[in-house]
Amino acid sequence: MTSHPLLDVHDLAVEFTTEEGTVRAVKGVDFTVERGRTLGIVGESGSGKSVTSLAVMGLHRGATVTGSAKLDGTELVGAPDDDLRKLRGRRMAMVFQDALTALHPYFTVGDQIAEAYRAHFGGTRRAALARAVDVLGDVGIPEPARRADEHPHQFSGGMRQRAMIALALSCEPDLVIADEPTTALDVTVQAQVLELLMRLQQERGLGIVMITHDLGVIARVADDVLVMYGGSAAEQAPADTLFTTPRHPYTRGLLDSLPRLDAEDGAELRSIPGSPPSLLAPPAGCAFHPRCAVYAAKPDARCTGERPLLRTVADGHRSACVHDEVTA
Amino acid sequence: MIGFLLRRLLAMAATLLAVCALTFAVFYLLPSDPAAQFCGKDCSADRIELVRQQLGLADPLAVQFWHYVTAVFAGRSYGTGQYAVQCDFPCFGYSFQSAQPVWDLMTDRLPTSVSLALGAAVLWLLLGVGAGVLSALRRGTWLDRTLMIGTIGIAALPVYFTAMILLYLVVSVAGLLPYPRYIAFGEDPVGWTTNLILPWIALALLNAAIYARMTRNSVIETMAEPYVRTARAKGLRERRVVGRHGLRPALTPVATMLGMDLGGLLAGALITESLFSLPGIGKLFADSLNKADQPVIMGITLLASFFIISSNLVVDLVYAWIDPRARLS
Repeated sequence: MTSHPLLDVHDLAVEFTTEEGTVRAVKGVDFTVERGRTLGIVGESGSGKSVTSLAVMGLHRGATVTGSAKLDGTELVGAPDDDLRKLRGRRMAMVFQDALTALHPYFTVGDQIAEAYRAHFGGTRRAALARAVDVLGDVGIPEPARRADEHPHQFSGGMRQRAMIALALSCEPDLVIADEPTTALDVTVQAQVLELLMRLQQERGLGIVMITHDLGVIARVADDVLVMYGGSAAEQAPADTLFTTPRHPYTRGLLDSLPRLDAEDGAELRSIPGSPPSLLAPPAGCAFHPRCAVYAAKPDARCTGERPLLRTVADGHRSACVHDEVTA
Repeated sequence: MIGFLLRRLLAMAATLLAVCALTFAVFYLLPSDPAAQFCGKDCSADRIELVRQQLGLADPLAVQFWHYVTAVFAGRSYGTGQYAVQCDFPCFGYSFQSAQPVWDLMTDRLPTSVSLALGAAVLWLLLGVGAGVLSALRRGTWLDRTLMIGTIGIAALPVYFTAMILLYLVVSVAGLLPYPRYIAFGEDPVGWTTNLILPWIALALLNAAIYARMTRNSVIETMAEPYVRTARAKGLRERRVVGRHGLRPALTPVATMLGMDLGGLLAGALITESLFSLPGIGKLFADSLNKADQPVIMGITLLASFFIISSNLVVDLVYAWIDPRARLS
C-alpha cells in the first residue's frame, strides 16, 4: 500500500534544560522499523534509549526534540499535541517496564483497557469492556472476564505485564514500543512474555521497538539492533551480524560480558570497566574512549578529537568507531 | 467488611476507655478539690470532709472510676438528701461550679463549634486545594511562585494575629460585618453566615496555606508517576489525564489530613472561639481551665478523643473506598 517504512527516524535529538546545564540525552539517531519486524535498542542506563522512545511517542515532557520521526509518513516531531494524542495508543502504543507502577492502582484492569479503547473509538462503556475482556484473552490471561474486574495489584507480575501488553494492543496499533518489558520479571516469565510479543507480532504484523539493556532479549527477538552509548548510536546492524561480527569496541565489551553456555571452563566474564558517561559533561571525542579496551591498548588522538560518526562498514552494518577497520 | 468495622469500633471503645482512665488518673492526682468547690467558699474542714464522703471522693480511685464509667450509661446522682444532684444518662460528670451536668454544657456549645469547624474546613479546602492544584499544574510560572510565596506568608501568621487584624479592619474600621456572635443556622441562616465569616477566615487561612503546599507537592509527585505517563500514552485528553488519573491519587493524602484536622476541630477551636467570644466547646474548655472545673475539662477531653478517633475511622473507610489496595480482602 505504501512505500514508507512504518517508523522512520532521522537525526532525532533530545535536550533537557536542567539547573546544572543542558543535557543532550540523544544526539541524533537514525533508524527505521518495518512492519512485522523488531528493532532492538540496547544500551546502559543513560544511553538515551528510553528518551528516544518517549520522544517518538511525544511523551518527552519538558524536553526539546529536533530531527524527524515519521510514523507511516506522518511527521511526529513538532506535531500539534492533539494530533499526537490521536496517534498515541491508536497507531503507536507503549509497553512500559514495571506494570505495577505503570498501571493505575485505583482502576480495574478492564476499566483501564476500556478507557483507551473508548478514547479512540468511542462507543459504550459496556462494549469497550467487552473489548477489554477479548484482548485480555488474546494475551493469554485465563478467565479474562473475571480478571478484567480486578485491580493491578491482584495480578501476578507476569499476568500484569500481559495486561500491560493487552492495554497496548487494545486499539490494534501498528507500532509497539516496549521499554524493558521483561526486566521486572522472573526469567521463565520473561520468556513467556517475549514469546507472546513475537506471536502477536506474527499475527498482526506489528512493528516492534524493543528497548532493553539485556542482549539475551535482543538475541531472542530482534531482527535489527541499534546499540546506543552516551546518547548516540555506537553500532547498527542486523542482529545476526551484530552477534557474529561486532565492530564497535563497546558492542564487543557488551558481548564479552554475557555469560555463554559454550564458554571454556574457567573462562571469566569480562565486564566493561568504568561507568556510563555524564550527559552534562560528556568526554571529548568518542564518548566511550575512557572505557575502551582498544584505546587503552593504543591511545589514538582521533578518539579524543571529534565524536566519531557512524560509518558503513559492511552492507547494512554501521559503526561509530575510528578503529572499525582494525576490528573487521 | 462488617467484621472489619466491628473490630474497629471495638478498638475505638477500648481507646476511649484508656483515654478516660488516663485523664481520670491525672485529675485524681491534681491538687484541686471538687469537694471544696461543691461546698462553696465559707466551708469548714469538717463540712468539706462530709461532702467528700457523700460525693464518693473518698473512695479508692478504681471505685470512683467505676462510678464514672457506669454513669455514662446509667446516669448517677451526687450526694444525698437535700443537696443531692441528679446527672442523667449520658452522664459525663457534673460541674459543681456551673451546677449543670457536663453533657448539657457540652451539647449547648457543640453546634457553635461544629458550625465553625465545618465552615472553615469548606473554606480552606476550596482555597488550599484550588491553589495547590493550580500551582502544581503551572509549576515554575509566576502564578506558582506568587501562590507559594503567599502561602509561606500566610502560614507564618498566627490565628490570633489574623483574627485581631480582621476584627479591626472589617468590623471596627470598615463596619462591613457585625462583631461575631453565634446565631443558630436554623433560626437565621444568613445571620449564621455573616456572623461566622470572620472566624471561618481566621481559622481557615493557616490551614489553607498548609493544604495548598501539601496539595501542590502531592500533585507534582503524582503527575510524575508512571501510571500518569501510561494514561498519556493511551492517548487520553490531558484534562482526563489530570482529572482522573492524576488528581484522584494526589488528593487521597489531602482527604486523610482533612479527616484528622476536622476531627480535632469539631471538639472546639480554642483560640479562635476565645478571640471571637464564640460560645463553643473551645471557649468552654478555656473557661473551665481557668476555673479548674475538672469534670468539664475531663468531659471535653473525652469528647475530643471521640471525634479524633471516629474521624480516623472515617478516614480509613474513605481510604479503602478510594484506593482498592487498602481494601481488606
